[in-house]
Amino acid sequence: MSQSKRFALLAERDINKETFVEAWPDAGLIVADGPNDPAPSLTVESNRVAEMDGKLRADFDAIDTFIADHFLDLRAAGEAMATSSLRLARMLVDINVPAREVRRLALGCTPAKLCEVVRHMNVLEMMMGLAKMRVRKTPANQAHVTNRRENPALLAADAAEAALRGFAEIETTVGVARMAPLNALCVLIGSQTGRGGVLTQCAIEESMGLRLAMKGLTTYAETLSVYGTERSFVDGDDTPWSKAFLASAYASRGVKIRFTSGTGSEALMGSSEGKSMLYLEARCLCVVRGAGSQGVQNGSISCIALPESLPGGVRAVLAENLIAAMLGLEVASGNDALASHSAIRKSAKLMLQFIPGTDFIFSGYSAVPRRDNMFGGGNFDAEDFDDYNVLQRDMQVDGGLRPVTEGEALAVRREAARAAQAVYAELGFPDIRDEEVEAAVVAHSSEDMPPRDIVADLAAADRFLAGQQDVRDVVAALRRRGFAGIADNIAEMLHQRMLGDYLQPAAIFVKGSEAQGADSSSQSLSSSGLRVLSALTDPNDYAGPGTGYRLGGARWQEVISLPQVRSPRDFIADRIGTPMQNLHEVGPARRGRFNEVIVCVGPAFGTALTQTINGLDHEAVLKAIFTGVAKEGLVARLIKAYHTSDCAQLGFTASSYSGSGIGIGLQSRGTTVIHKRGMPRLHNLELFSFSPSLTLETFEQIGRNAAKYAKGETVRPVPVTVDNWARLRLIVKTALLHRRETEEVRDRPPQELFFDWEPEV
Amino acid sequence: MQDERLIGDFQISADTLRRQADAAREAGFTQLAENLRRAAELTAVPNDELLRIYEALRPGRSTQAELLAIADRLERDYHAAQTAAFVREAAAEYARRGLFRRE
Repeated sequence: MSQSKRFALLAERDINKETFVEAWPDAGLIVADGPNDPAPSLTVESNRVAEMDGKLRADFDAIDTFIADHFLDLRAAGEAMATSSLRLARMLVDINVPAREVRRLALGCTPAKLCEVVRHMNVLEMMMGLAKMRVRKTPANQAHVTNRRENPALLAADAAEAALRGFAEIETTVGVARMAPLNALCVLIGSQTGRGGVLTQCAIEESMGLRLAMKGLTTYAETLSVYGTERSFVDGDDTPWSKAFLASAYASRGVKIRFTSGTGSEALMGSSEGKSMLYLEARCLCVVRGAGSQGVQNGSISCIALPESLPGGVRAVLAENLIAAMLGLEVASGNDALASHSAIRKSAKLMLQFIPGTDFIFSGYSAVPRRDNMFGGGNFDAEDFDDYNVLQRDMQVDGGLRPVTEGEALAVRREAARAAQAVYAELGFPDIRDEEVEAAVVAHSSEDMPPRDIVADLAAADRFLAGQQDVRDVVAALRRRGFAGIADNIAEMLHQRMLGDYLQPAAIFVKGSEAQGADSSSQSLSSSGLRVLSALTDPNDYAGPGTGYRLGGARWQEVISLPQVRSPRDFIADRIGTPMQNLHEVGPARRGRFNEVIVCVGPAFGTALTQTINGLDHEAVLKAIFTGVAKEGLVARLIKAYHTSDCAQLGFTASSYSGSGIGIGLQSRGTTVIHKRGMPRLHNLELFSFSPSLTLETFEQIGRNAAKYAKGETVRPVPVTVDNWARLRLIVKTALLHRRETEEVRDRPPQELFFDWEPEV
Repeated sequence: MQDERLIGDFQISADTLRRQADAAREAGFTQLAENLRRAAELTAVPNDELLRIYEALRPGRSTQAELLAIADRLERDYHAAQTAAFVREAAAEYARRGLFRRE
C-alpha cells in the first residue's frame, strides 16, 4: 500500500492494469535490435543466393529458402545491400525521392537489412514514410462484426450499419466454427444492404475459408497467417509453399486475399529462436511478398499486448507497418485486438496509423460492443464511433468512417434483418422470427436479442456447407422476396469476381462519385457504378505538402457534418427575448455623492440580450442585486455603459460613478465584478468569472457584499462553485454572447437607467 | 456434380487472370503476377481437388512421392505447368527440411 494518497490513486489508474516487463532476448521478448539478430549480408553466386544474413544456403531453413528464391529481387539486391541503411532511411522521408525508387531498393533488401533501415527512424519519420509508401492513395477502414449469440438478424443488422458508416471491408468470425457458413451469409446480406461494394470475409480455418469463398459467401480472405520461424510456421499448420498455393487457389476463384502476420506471434508460440519480434516480422513480410499476396494484415494483431509490454513496442509495431508498405504490400494495420485498458494509451497508439493513413487503418474496428467482439475484444468499439468521427473532424484526417443519423441506421438495420429473415425462410433454415428482426433493428448488443436455438442453426449450417445451395440461391431468394437492391448488390460482387480488378494490390470498391483522385480513364464503371481503387487505379502519389491524398471537397463536408453539430446562432437565440419594459434610460450618468452602490451593466443588457448564459432573466438578476444592497441598508443605482463590453471596464466605470467608490460591473452573460475606485482597472475586490454557476442567491450576496464594502465593513467573499467543465461546455455560447454585447458598443457616455422596481426590505 | 455447378456464373476465367497478371507485373508487383499466373492454371481444377492439393501441401501431410504425383497430375491433367513446378520446388525443400509425413 502506498503511503502517498497520490501514488495510491495512480496505482488504481487504468494504465497500471497493464503488464510492463523488461526485455528478455533469449525468450524473444524484445521488440527490435535483438542481440541475437543477424547483421545484414547477401552473397549471390550464379544468379542464386548463396548466403543471406549470415547464413549459408546449406543452413537455410524453409523460410530462408523461400525468401531467397521468391522474395529477393536480385536485379536490385546488389545496389540495395551496398546502400547504407541510414541512407535508405533518409530516402524514406525525403519527399524528393519517389516511393517507387525506395520500393525498388527495398525489394532487394534482406530481412536484417530492412530492420536496420527502420531502426534509424523515430516514430515521426516512420509516419512520414508510411504516408509516402502506402500503396493506395485513398485510406480506408475495416470493421469487425460478430456477436456472442451468433444471432443472424443481429449480424445482418450490424453489418448493414457498418457498411453505412463507411467501412470498406467487414470481417466476421465465429464462436462455434461450424456456424461459419451462416455467419458469412448474414454479414454478406447486411454488407450489401444500402450502399453495396463492401468486401466481406469470415475468419476461420484455412480450408473452411476457401470453401466459403467457393460458395460465394465471402469476397475476400485475410487470415492466411504466416510466421517468422520455421517451427512456428509449421505449428501454424502451413509452409510458405502451402500458403502461396492457398493464395493462388483463392485467386483462381476470383477472391482477394491478404496474409496475416505480426510481431510477437513467434514468442507467444514459444519458437522465437531468440530473435527480435521485428526481425521475425521482416521475415514474414518477405514471405508474404514472395508468395504473391497483394497485402498483409500486420501490426501485431492479436499479439499486440506482448510488444506493448516491452520498451519501444508501439514503435516496433509502426515499423512493421512501414516495412510492409515499403514492400508494396497493402497494409491492414492492426489496431484491432484489445491492447490497453487506458483510453489515453490506445488513442495515442492509434495516431501512428491514423495520421499517416494506411490502406486499412484498422483490421478491423469493432463495429459491435466489446463483449460481442469474438476476435478477443476490440480496441475501439461501437461505443467509440462518435469519438472516432470527431477525431477525423478535429485533424482533417480521413479515417474511413462517416457520421450517420439514427434514422439512417435504423432503416438499413431493418432492411438487412428482414432480408436475412427472408433468405432463411427461402433456403429452409430455422426461422428468424419477427420478434428477432424487431430486436435487431434497435439492439446495441446481443444481450438485447431474444434467445435462439443454436443447435438447429448449427445443423442448418452443416447442411448448407455440404449441400448444393450457394450464393446464387441467396440472390434468387432475395429477388423472390422483393429485396432487389440487395440482390443486385450481391450479384454485382459476383460480377466483380469475374473481372478480377480487385485482385490487384490494395483494392477496395467505391461508388464512382466517391473516388477522389482515381484515374477514371483506366477503368470503366460497372453498371452498378462500382469502381475499384487499387495500386493500379489509385496509386499513392504522395511527394510532400500539397500532394497525395487530401481530405477535402464532398468527403470533408461529410466528415464535418456530425449529427451533433448545431448552428452557432442557435446558442444565443434563446438569450434574446423581449427587451425589459421596466428599464428606461433617463440621460447621461451622474456621479453620486452619497453612500451607494452603482451597478454598471453592459450595452446589450435588458435590450439586445435579456438572459444570462445560464438562463437567468436580466430583470431577476437586477432584482437580486438590488435586494442584497437594500438588505444592508443602502441603495443601488443603475447605469449602462456603451463605450465597453468588458467586465473589468464595467466594474471600473461603476466604481468611478459611485458615491461610495464601490461599483458592480455586470455583463449581459452574467459575468460580474465588484470594483473599488482607486484600484487598478484590472484589479478587483471580487470577480465572478464563472457566470454559468451564478444563481440569483449569488447575485443577492454580491449586492450585500458590495454594500458592506461601501459601509467599510469586513467582508467574507461570496462563495462560488468552480466548475472547470463549464468553460469547456459553454465556450461557444460565451464567445457568441460576448460578441453580441460587443456589437452594441457605441461612442456614447454611460447612461443613467431607471429600474422601475423597489426591493421589499 | 457440385463442382461443375459452382464453377459457373461467377468463375473468373484463366484469360482474365493472365491479363491481371500482366497488369500486376507491369506495375512492379512481380510475385503477385506469378501468383495470378498459377491461379489462371488452377481455374481448371475443381473445388474438391483444389482443397485436396492444399491439404497435401501442408506440413507433415504427404510423402515425397505423393507430392510429386500431385505435381505430375497438375501438369498432365490440368496443364498447370507453373503450379506443378512450384509443387516440385516445395517437395525438394520439404525433403531437405523434413516436412514430409513421417511413416
